[in-house]
Formats: sequence, C-alpha cells, structure tokens
Amino acid sequence: MSRINWFKYSSPQTFYPLAGKLVPVFYALAIVLAAVGLYLSFFVAPTDFQQGEAYRIIFVHVPAAWMSMVIYLAMAGWAALGLALNARLSGMMAQALAPTGAMFTFLALVTGSLWGKPMWGAWWVWDARLTSELILLFLYIGFIALQASFDDPRRADRAGALLAIVGAVNVPIIYFSVKWWSTLHQGATISMTAAPKMANTMLTGMLLMSLAFWAYTIAIVLVRVRCIILERERRADWVAELTEGKA
Amino acid sequence: MSSALLSIWRRDVLLAFRRRSDVSTTLFFFVIVVSLFPLGGNPEPAMLRNLAPTVLWVAALLAGMLSLTWLFAADYNDGTLEQMVIAPQSLTLLVLGKVFAHWLIYGLPVVLLAPVLGMQYALTNESLWILTVSLLLGTPALSLVGAIVAGLTLGTRGNGLLLSLLALPLYIPVLIFGAGAVVASQVGISAEPYLSLLGAFSLLALVLAPWATAAALRIAVE
Repeated sequence: MSRINWFKYSSPQTFYPLAGKLVPVFYALAIVLAAVGLYLSFFVAPTDFQQGEAYRIIFVHVPAAWMSMVIYLAMAGWAALGLALNARLSGMMAQALAPTGAMFTFLALVTGSLWGKPMWGAWWVWDARLTSELILLFLYIGFIALQASFDDPRRADRAGALLAIVGAVNVPIIYFSVKWWSTLHQGATISMTAAPKMANTMLTGMLLMSLAFWAYTIAIVLVRVRCIILERERRADWVAELTEGKA
Repeated sequence: MSSALLSIWRRDVLLAFRRRSDVSTTLFFFVIVVSLFPLGGNPEPAMLRNLAPTVLWVAALLAGMLSLTWLFAADYNDGTLEQMVIAPQSLTLLVLGKVFAHWLIYGLPVVLLAPVLGMQYALTNESLWILTVSLLLGTPALSLVGAIVAGLTLGTRGNGLLLSLLALPLYIPVLIFGAGAVVASQVGISAEPYLSLLGAFSLLALVLAPWATAAALRIAVE
C-alpha cells in the first residue's frame, strides 16, 4: 500500500494548484451552510422568551467569537511549525490567517455590542470576555503590523512566528487576569460537560453557522495564501511559466 | 558563566551613567505624565485617591516602554549584538544581564519615585507602601517581557511606535494585578493575593522571557 506523501504539499509550487482546486469547494460549502444556517436561525428557531428577537444575533456572534480564538491558535500553530521545520509555507499560512482572525474578532465585538445595547442597556461593558476579545484584537493587529514592517519576508515570518507564540502563551494569562478583575457577563451557554440549555433548532443553527464560518475561513485563507505564494515566489521559474502570456 | 552576566550588566550600567540624559528623560517623562492628570481634572483629594493606582501604574508602563527602545538598538546598530550572538557564552544569560541592567536603570528609579508622586495623590501611608511593593514586584516583568518585543522590532520601520503596539497588550496582566493591589488596599481588603500573582507573573517571565528574547535577537541578526 502506498502512502500519500503529505510533505509533497508543503512546497508552495505543489500547494498552489491544490489550493486553487479547494477554493471553490469551500466557497460552495460556506454558501450552502450559511444559507441553511441563516434560514434556521431567522425563520425556524423560536423566539427567546426572555430576550425576544434580539437574541438572534448570537447566530453570528458566537461563531465569530469561536473563530477569533480558533484562528489565533491555528496561526500560532502554523508559526511554531514554521520555526521548528523551517518550512516556507507555514509562515505564509500564518500571514494569511491573521487578517481573517482580526476580522472575526472585530465582528464578534461589533455584534456583541449590538446585542449588549438592548440586553444590558450599554454598548460596551468592561466585562472579562469583552475585554479579552478586545485584547485579542490588539494581538492580531500587533502581529499584522510586525509582519508588515519587515522588508525581508523570511525575517517577517520568523519574527511574526515568535510573537504569535509569545501571544499564545500570554492569552490564557490575560484571560484569567481579566476574568478575576471583573465579571458581569452571563455564564457560558454552551459547555462540553453540561447539557445545552437551549432549543435544538437554535443549537443546530449556531453549529451550521460555525461550520459556514470555518468553510469561509478556509476558502479565503487559501485565496490569500495563493496571492502570497505568487508574490514571494515571483522570481521562480514555475511562476513565470504560470503567468506567461498573462502579464 | 556568571562572570559574563556580571560583566555585561556592569557594561550597560556604566554606559547608562555616561549617558545620563537618556535616563533622566524617561524618568521626567514618568513624573510629567503623572503630574498632568490632576491638572486635567478635578484635584480634590478623594478624586485623586481613586485615580492614583491607575495613573501611576499606566505611567510606569509607558515610561518602561519608552526606555525599551534603547535596550538593544545601540548594540544592534554598531554590531555589538552580533558579537554577543556568536559569543561562546549563552545568549540567554547575556540577555538576562542586559535586562537586569535595564531594570536597575529605569525600573528601580520609578519604584523609588512612585511614593513621592503618590503623596501628590493624597494616598494613605498603607497604600503608598503597597504601591511601592507592587511596582517593585511588577517592573521586572515589564523589563523582561518588553525585552522580547524590543528584540523583535529591531531594524523595523517605525521602531518605537510598533514597539508600543506590541508591548502594551502583553503588559495588561501586570497592570491589572499591580493597580489591583493598590485598589485593594484602598477599599480595605487584603492586597496579598494581587501581590502574589504579580510575583508569580514576574517569576514566570524570568524563566521564559530571556529565552524568547534570545530567539528574537538571533532572528534579528541573522
């Protein structure tokens, strides 16, 4: 039995066409999942008897907040891999993930404050989860700014990787320090141990939206990483062959 | 091993004494920032007492951050840093010596000045005492964590601004526990848990930060 050589795709040259094939698949998945998820969350899910219709923003808010954290971890993971194995593609993936992560963090903050206004009567509350989400946004912006300030992409990758790892070590410390500092937020609605306290359709809608966000993230990151590959490898022969006649 | 640490520490302290204006600029920055707040608001003692922990701690954060630009920049520009990286002694140890010198030059004066400035803010004796202890425990963490960022931003465009963007979010736990200790003493609960957490953070930084800084410097001189 012959094993698939996964390392084959760690080279930008072989990864580029693979990514190109995957992009439409994940875009299609994202659109279908989002369409079903949005239908469920706006037309099927029952109105919350305490929060009314305003609660429906959680179908965007909660998946966005999840994604903001997952993407940071993925970014730090790719960064660590890049430092350890010295693979070019890892740095490119970390660089491609950062803007999407920052976007979801921002989306989580905006939707959170839109929900907070009718629920808490305030756009912003200095609560542990809001504050740590805001700090996460600062960390994303720092990562993007550091990467952008180097002319040499190799140095940008390695410096960015170290910053992402330092940030990942610091995130739990920041989270708990902020949590002890103040807590006003309602308790977590979804946990792995306790049974979920919400209607099944609500949960399904939220999970579908999360999967849609995942698919969207993968698609957009692949598009971005293809651009980064072309930009960085522009002097390579295969890129010249690819763009021949188009330039 | 320890002789390398000591000699680099002595060198940095000596260099700072020869360039005294750089050091005093940072300290006066700290004093001026702290003095601006009463002028920009209501100088009633009760109001000032509420402001004091925040203002003094944020000013300490900003002063420490400004001084970080000098930590490796001169050595990086004249090539000394490259010699340190290829030296037979462990780079982590050399970094520790440099960071310790940095704390002695910028951190310790802030700790010593803070009670004087705290008096301007009508703090009680007990709060002044807690403020000084919290700064004594917290400022080493600022130097240690800041050193990583100072190493990472070497040779970037707009070095100073980028440094603040990266360093300040990482300083948040120190700010929370440090200012929290003073607030706790003001409302009459024990400041001890805050001080313990602050000390724990500093110790953790002492273990991890020099190592990460050494990695950052290796990337910078590569």
